[in-house]
Amino acid sequence: MTANPKAVLAGTHFLDGDCACCEGALAAGANFAAGYPITPSTEVVEHFASRIPTVGGVFLQMEDELASSIAILGATWGGAKAFTVTSGPGFSLMMEHIGYAAMTETPSVFVDVQRGGPSTGLPTQPGQGDMLQARWGSHGDYEIIALCPNSPQECFDLMIDAFNFAEQYRTPVLFMMDECVGHMTEKVVIPAAEEIKLFPRRYTSLPPSEYQPFQPLPDGIPEMVKAGEGYRIHVTGLTHDERGYPAMDWRAQGKLVRRLVDKIRKHANEIVRFKEQLIADAEVVLVAYGITARIAMRAVQLAREEGIRAGLLRPIVVWPFPEKRIGELAEKVKAFVVVEMNYGQVVYEVERCTAGRCRTLLVPHGGGTVHDPEEILKAIREAA
Amino acid sequence: MAEVITAERPVNPVEPFLRGDRMPHIWCPGCGIGTTVNCFARALVESKLPPDKVAVVSGIGCTGRVAGYMKLDSFHTTHGRAIPFATGLKLANPGLTVVVYSGDGDLIAIGGNHFIHAARRNVDIKVICVNNFIYGMTGGQVGPTTPVGALATTTPYGCFEQPFNLPFLAESSGAVYVARWTAFHVRHIAHSMVQAFNKKGFAFIEILSPCPTLYQRRNKMGDGLDTMRFYKQRSVIKNGASTREVDINLQGDIIVGKFVDIERPTLQQAMEQQFRQTLKDRYAGWGGT
Repeated sequence: MTANPKAVLAGTHFLDGDCACCEGALAAGANFAAGYPITPSTEVVEHFASRIPTVGGVFLQMEDELASSIAILGATWGGAKAFTVTSGPGFSLMMEHIGYAAMTETPSVFVDVQRGGPSTGLPTQPGQGDMLQARWGSHGDYEIIALCPNSPQECFDLMIDAFNFAEQYRTPVLFMMDECVGHMTEKVVIPAAEEIKLFPRRYTSLPPSEYQPFQPLPDGIPEMVKAGEGYRIHVTGLTHDERGYPAMDWRAQGKLVRRLVDKIRKHANEIVRFKEQLIADAEVVLVAYGITARIAMRAVQLAREEGIRAGLLRPIVVWPFPEKRIGELAEKVKAFVVVEMNYGQVVYEVERCTAGRCRTLLVPHGGGTVHDPEEILKAIREAA
Repeated sequence: MAEVITAERPVNPVEPFLRGDRMPHIWCPGCGIGTTVNCFARALVESKLPPDKVAVVSGIGCTGRVAGYMKLDSFHTTHGRAIPFATGLKLANPGLTVVVYSGDGDLIAIGGNHFIHAARRNVDIKVICVNNFIYGMTGGQVGPTTPVGALATTTPYGCFEQPFNLPFLAESSGAVYVARWTAFHVRHIAHSMVQAFNKKGFAFIEILSPCPTLYQRRNKMGDGLDTMRFYKQRSVIKNGASTREVDINLQGDIIVGKFVDIERPTLQQAMEQQFRQTLKDRYAGWGGT
């Protein structure tokens, strides 16, 4: 199916990342958002609040992030396409409902415009310290999909992918922006509605008598229904069987959680996405995502000017991680240099994938501003 | 030798609303939650609402298990968050009658903020709060409704915090329908539920209910039957009573009845009116998904 023309602002615009993210959500068919104001993410919901009454849908400013993050899940079971938006402290509050969405296989998108942390941190300044929280933040075991745009254009484009992944895999999808990307204004080209492909909700065609809400298809993903259609489903955050009924035993737990994990892991090749620049002859490969990838690319150019064969691998989907590609490159490069706005998060994943076959260096940064390309260059020199 | 009697089994009118395949339920002998569920099912029968268009949303706790036993679209959510889930569900799908069914700890302690805000917004949901004065599922801890002096595992020397007066809290937050009954008042409960289903807006029913295992026993108030007798003897029906004056004491009279029944625009009505006024024909409208 394609996008609703009424929701798509086709044309060339000058937009900041937050507004582009909102336009992406609208183009993806989002008709419900709930949020709680928090810098630097608030513009996303402000923009949605202004646009949605003319498109058709609901925006609710809730009393807190706990409420926002579950109102969207209620809306989804009511038949809406829904998302919420937050930053650091609010993201921490949403963790329980990311787990609930994973457990109940509720398609949903959670946007985190990252700022410096921990705690209240740097409300108006960037950070990338939520990357492992994105992966592991809710208790218990599950797999997640997380995307990392590095420009307003990608905030638009990838938001559509985020909703499509959410529908295809029936999972919460995390949209990990950062303050710089959220607040930078650039050209954003929005295509015509008919060029925007949307993954439709996996509604069942079975009659109620034959339908089991958590009976997976061969790809590991169950079909869905919405409330009010006569299926009289039960949905619970407790460990449950195919009927959706609580099942308090280790066999049911193993079966369910194995499937929740596998439905992402076994499709990782279809989900993983990254962009490579100047990789073909590279002896040093930088790994960076979000705004940091743009600074890292400057460092790659500086290194090339010095005759160091550097390249950049930018994960666009960070979770699941491009582990296969990192593993291949580990066989032939001297070193990876991981550049991130934290004191070491994604670097652990790179180290795991290289398994000691090449060096891995980290260029950390506490956040508050972007890296200095010269700092990155120093690490490239050391790695070369 | 036992004699086998075969006869056509009559169908209880509430059976179509219950998930028979999930019985027996988890509730203790003498617990009042099952009694309220029977009232709920009877109210559904009486209201003639199409069952396929009724959704029940629960939080966590003993009463939080109600959703799982109702043969309706039913959602067992996270602790304290049944109301915001229900808010999203109702706004996305306004054709549904959305009933939140949960306990006092879930709705008023961990979920208290959502309770007052949903009442303020006048979200069109029906909130049934089974108040047993204690955290049952976790083993009898003090709650926001535990009367002063009552023993709980975390107030071993007696509760010293003032409890909430739930009807007063609901009314002052903006609820358009507020009633209180005890598990003894089965017909009143069902009748109140029917009224709540037919009411547009945030309707609240508090049902006092025995927890013989963890509250009555520890406080030497007898078993479930003794509590029913207590409710019968000490309840005073005062419809229209000022909610300010319906506090509950450990051994005092219990004021029950319908306290509030007023009209005011629901969240969705207010939202639509505002958009129509300001956006005029640019407003796309919202009939749901």
